[in-house]
Amino acid sequence: MTETFEPVVIGFTCNWCSYRAADMAGTARMKYAPNIRLIRLMCSGRLDPTFVLKAFVGGADAVMISGCHPGDCHYVEQNYKALRRFHLLKRVLTQMGIEPGRLKLVWASAAEGAIFADTVNKYVEEVRALGPLDWPAKNLESVSTPIMEEVHA
Amino acid sequence: MSEKIGVYVCHCGTNIAGIVDVADVSQWAGEKLAANGVVISRDYKFMCSSLGQELIQKDIQEQGLTRVVVAACSPHLHEKTFRNACQGADLNPYLCELVSIREQDSWVHTDKVAATEKAKAILSGGVARVEHHEALEPLRVPIHPDTLVVGGGIAGIQAALEIADAGFHVYLVEREPSIGGHMAQFDKTFPTLDCSACILTPKMVDVGNHPNITLLTWSEVQKVDGYIGNFVATIKQKARYVKIEDCTGCGICWEKCPKKVVDEVFEAGLGNRKVIYTPFPQAVPKYPVIDAPNCTYFLKGTCKACEKFCPTGAIDFNQQDEEITVQVGNIILATGYDLFDVRRMPQYGYGRLANVYTSLEFERLGNAAGPTGGNIVLRDGKTVPKAVGIVHCVGSRDQNYNPYCSAICCMQSLKFAHLVHERTGAEVYNFYIDMRTPSKGYEEFYQRLLEEGTHFVRGKVAEVTNLARIPEEEGKLIVQVEDTLIGKQRRIPLDMVILSAGIQARHDAKEVGKLFGISCSADAWYIERHPKLDPVATMTDGIYIAGCAQGPKDIPASVAQGAAAAARVLGKIQQKEISLEPVRATVIEEHCSGCRICNDLCPFSAILYLEDKKVSEINPALCQGCGTCVAACPAGAISGTGFSNEQILSQIEGLLLLNIRQLEAVPA
Repeated sequence: MTETFEPVVIGFTCNWCSYRAADMAGTARMKYAPNIRLIRLMCSGRLDPTFVLKAFVGGADAVMISGCHPGDCHYVEQNYKALRRFHLLKRVLTQMGIEPGRLKLVWASAAEGAIFADTVNKYVEEVRALGPLDWPAKNLESVSTPIMEEVHA
Repeated sequence: MSEKIGVYVCHCGTNIAGIVDVADVSQWAGEKLAANGVVISRDYKFMCSSLGQELIQKDIQEQGLTRVVVAACSPHLHEKTFRNACQGADLNPYLCELVSIREQDSWVHTDKVAATEKAKAILSGGVARVEHHEALEPLRVPIHPDTLVVGGGIAGIQAALEIADAGFHVYLVEREPSIGGHMAQFDKTFPTLDCSACILTPKMVDVGNHPNITLLTWSEVQKVDGYIGNFVATIKQKARYVKIEDCTGCGICWEKCPKKVVDEVFEAGLGNRKVIYTPFPQAVPKYPVIDAPNCTYFLKGTCKACEKFCPTGAIDFNQQDEEITVQVGNIILATGYDLFDVRRMPQYGYGRLANVYTSLEFERLGNAAGPTGGNIVLRDGKTVPKAVGIVHCVGSRDQNYNPYCSAICCMQSLKFAHLVHERTGAEVYNFYIDMRTPSKGYEEFYQRLLEEGTHFVRGKVAEVTNLARIPEEEGKLIVQVEDTLIGKQRRIPLDMVILSAGIQARHDAKEVGKLFGISCSADAWYIERHPKLDPVATMTDGIYIAGCAQGPKDIPASVAQGAAAAARVLGKIQQKEISLEPVRATVIEEHCSGCRICNDLCPFSAILYLEDKKVSEINPALCQGCGTCVAACPAGAISGTGFSNEQILSQIEGLLLLNIRQLEAVPA
């Protein structure tokens, strides 16, 4: 019998929309995969790309970034900054040999608990199909860039 | 490890303990996280109870804890509770971290082992994070005592009066030429059958005369800046083309105006109004407006009848829209509802079959001040109907349109049935799915209708048609319905059909929500801070909601919410100043290279570049703490209080159990 691979996904949520969507999924007892572990930021704009790299270095198999829908940001437009960093990160990750599918961006309003739960479920399955990243074991020694040094610091 | 951390795992009855093995989590934290500074780890049935809080306080005092981590519900629910508990034991409240193992764990997962593992990871993240917490002091900001109320329906009127009566100033903004809202259109109110105008207009007059209320009708809010206590709202006052300082409201202008148009708003398309008009005789304020797009003078350059006859020379065709800005501390949104557009259900024939009416049309038809003087007659203006059908749940409780119950339609339909019966003696048929009469005196009203001889047919109407199959149906409207109580299809010939349309959020509710920085549900109702415990506050401090803008409700509930929102605002005003979360960004001057990348990122213009020092500086009063600049600074020179890099990076490590894994890796 082979053990199913249970990926670990780190989820970054914003205080106003997506964390509240997760709250709502909870209050409504919607069920989703236990593979995601959430971090609450005030805004998706707070997401320093280093956080994502840190998660991969620490052994996460994927990272999900979530924020308010475009136009709905509690801080007017900071989720657009998250969107920019998301695209930038995808390119950087690809260059580092990490599949772009290991990073996901999802917009979820405070009312969209169902969307949040559904997205997590689908994403966990996608990551499961990608298999373990195991980046620390594979790459920790071989990668030595200024970014990585900062991450390790 | 210099910090002494206390860990408290909550059972929340069985809410958490039913899925997560809390004893195991607590024991695990005590053992495995000892190296991270955990000196005490306990689990308790209800951490938020006073006994639970005392447990924490006792440990802080007796064990000298320097940090507290509570694993319980969402921080949005009880973060304040536990912070206050810490403060009560002289530990700075910001040295306490609440991690959620309920909304984000036990309530969303079914696998007990996985949920317990996840709880450990979440707790470990909290422990790793809390080590880097700093003692913070909340920011104190003054609260401006004025309030902005948006929407002059009954909810907004009530809110404005409550605040004004308490001695504080209110700006009441209304889009239409008069306040009054939907309630002003109704003839009677259920279940008491009070005359709607008789109970509403005295309140409207109070608003108009109140020294503490600045009434801004024919106006809309364009822009809102600032934050609780210090909002600046820009309001557009549309040109009335009437100088209100000269106008006496005598009414000669609208008598003399030669042009009539269909009144789509107040008369629901059932009657006409002049081009210079007040929506109804008791309008507040009494000053008319000129409907410029329809005015002959604006269209053709001639006429000016109103100007010629105005005894005080109050007409001014050159008036322009004006923008005014007001400073307020709090805002109440009571923007009301729109009626469901019954044309979306063509099977009911509205617009095609003359004698099919919307509920709002019927309100005007039955209103003594309405187009027929309160005579319930068909569209021909004279025929009294002998048989009338009232269709409930039009556009509500229908997966094709609005899934929710509009809450008012059952009672409204009963009211219509009573009025038709009383005034015409017609046979009345109510077609309902379920009767919902849950408030005081409502069920009794239903019983009264049953005794009056109203026919109740339980079934969703399939079609309203004029295609007769038998001679008795000729010239009639036929309602085709399955009577589910007798299990048969019925065709009932009628003279008039009233569609009890559901209510839905304002068509522009989402844009208005964005303007004020609050969010909407999928149905575009504004979302309250908590559906049960905080029904009039929103997630945005200083913005409150009342009435149907929050969801379908009847007049008593709207009034209650208006008053409740006012009470919340008065509470804030009385505090005179308010504590804001000290979540702010600060520039570490010696690390700042003066590159100015952060300057343009801030949507609140809180970041200033100091030319003399060649560094950027953040104004803490303007900073809202989003942290975008923190993440963007290439030099790492900006630190975000409460969400610092160290805190978040440590939390990531904790969540991934890096701390544990590293420890376990050593002996192996």
